[in-house]
Amino acid sequence: MLTARIRKEFRRPGAASFLLDVSFEVSPGITILFGASGAGKSTLLDCLAGLSLPDEGRIVAAGDALFDSAARINVPAPKRRIAYVFQSLALFPHLTAEENVAYGLPDLRNEERRERVAAILKAFRVEKLRNQKPGDISGGEKQRIALARSLVTDPRVLLLDEPLTGLDADLKAAIVDDLRAWNAAKGIPVLYVTHSRDELDALGERAIALDNGRVVSAGAPMEVLNAPRRKKLAQAAGFENLLSATVLDLRESDGVMRVRLGENPCEIEVPLGYASPGSRVQVAIRAGDILLATEPPRGLSARNVMEGRILSLEHRGAMIIARVDCGVTFLVHVTPGAARALELSAGNRVWLVLKTHSCHLVD
Amino acid sequence: MESLWLSMKLATCVAVILLVIGMPVAYWLAYSNWRGKFLLESVVALPLVLPPTVLGFYALVAMRPHGPLGKLWSTLFGHGLAFTFAGLILASVLYSFPFAVQPLIASFESVDRRLLDASSVLGAGTLRTFWRVILPLSLPGVVTAIVLSFAHTLGEFGVVLMVGGNLAGVTRTVSIDIYDRVQSLEYGEANRMALVLLAISFAVLSVVYAVNRRPWAPWAAK
Repeated sequence: MLTARIRKEFRRPGAASFLLDVSFEVSPGITILFGASGAGKSTLLDCLAGLSLPDEGRIVAAGDALFDSAARINVPAPKRRIAYVFQSLALFPHLTAEENVAYGLPDLRNEERRERVAAILKAFRVEKLRNQKPGDISGGEKQRIALARSLVTDPRVLLLDEPLTGLDADLKAAIVDDLRAWNAAKGIPVLYVTHSRDELDALGERAIALDNGRVVSAGAPMEVLNAPRRKKLAQAAGFENLLSATVLDLRESDGVMRVRLGENPCEIEVPLGYASPGSRVQVAIRAGDILLATEPPRGLSARNVMEGRILSLEHRGAMIIARVDCGVTFLVHVTPGAARALELSAGNRVWLVLKTHSCHLVD
Repeated sequence: MESLWLSMKLATCVAVILLVIGMPVAYWLAYSNWRGKFLLESVVALPLVLPPTVLGFYALVAMRPHGPLGKLWSTLFGHGLAFTFAGLILASVLYSFPFAVQPLIASFESVDRRLLDASSVLGAGTLRTFWRVILPLSLPGVVTAIVLSFAHTLGEFGVVLMVGGNLAGVTRTVSIDIYDRVQSLEYGEANRMALVLLAISFAVLSVVYAVNRRPWAPWAAK
């Protein structure tokens, strides 16, 4: 497990300063760190690896504090045991593949070093290239050697900075499969940075979206992908309900926070976003993501159940749009069949059911 | 040919000494983020623009029996520093300093920073990173530094004249010898030595340019 809280400000002459201010967790397995270029991804990785110094924060890997501004702890990069594969791979051009991989193992006996290097070259299917120098090795194979070099040292965490850019999808998938196979036994947290939506979909078990130095959403890749980050985007993407809300409290360990909608006692739970208690956020919800019940629902996994009254029902094509007043007005899509079966009509008392991750934060 | 031999000895000593003290200085100048770095950079480059007589003059002032260096030297070794071979080495080291340090800085700076980061996250400290990554990738710069400081020392005149004087077998280097011969109208002898110096200088510069083309460098892509 890797937990990190990092704050770092960059002052650039002639440009607005950039603030990286994030807090997140990476559990064993592959987590995708997603964001456009300039969102602060590489800086974040540099801070985790100890190549860049945060202004403030705390980084803990496998139980050991690697950085803690309050306790004045700053473990230097060579002692962090955090493996890091750069976008450029940074293979040493004057060393062979085998020497590159052995680089991180200077303290082992020759025999043991040779065995470990041979084993990992085999696991990543590049054993036949061991005497070649990086200049003579093709793209995908260089990536494999860079991975092998990082993992042979038995790191606590693996950071990957767009290491597979420029490879076709099949090759990419094959390399990730080998990475997964290797990590199946080790179970270390892998943070995989990318700006490509395809990779977000295909590779990760979890995802963290970074925008302008902040974590804007975290969760399953699909949810992160679907969380719009701009109001305009939200409306364009068909979020019929766009509600302003006040943050009540953050439950960081659950990855959620409670917000109050409008000025009313209507409270719901939404995914954790970059916000502090008392601040205002915008919550976007698709009308089709809301369930409607005519009796108080029980035993549901959904965290948000709100009581309200139907204001109106409006036929639109094959869909009925119900306007429901729960203190704030929600638009809910219902099929005509469901409306008939439930005998819906204006003035009915109803309950709306909303999953936490159907609520998207926009700024 | 005694003077030629003396010049070779001097140039070799200076090149070796400059390599040893030039590397840490160049490393620091290449990688430090200190704001006042430009001051040291200027000091290092100073011998490039200073007339050799100015440098030689101050070196001589420092080395005379009552000068700071001269005093220190005689308490340590029991004899003066001015007009000795050791004094000559010291002055030449100062004079050729930029010729060793500048190529080292340039080649250290040209090493991809991400390679140093990679070395660091793989557990290597500064020293190991230097020996295993920076130095091997800076070899052309190291060769250039050695060759240039050797060649530059071989050809120096003003500084030697100021600090060393003209003592046969002790401080009479080849360039001073040539000057002497011309003064006493021995043009044939002067020409012979001048030709040797010309040939050596040409050979040495050829090595520098050849190394810097480095088409056979071991890491070059084929």
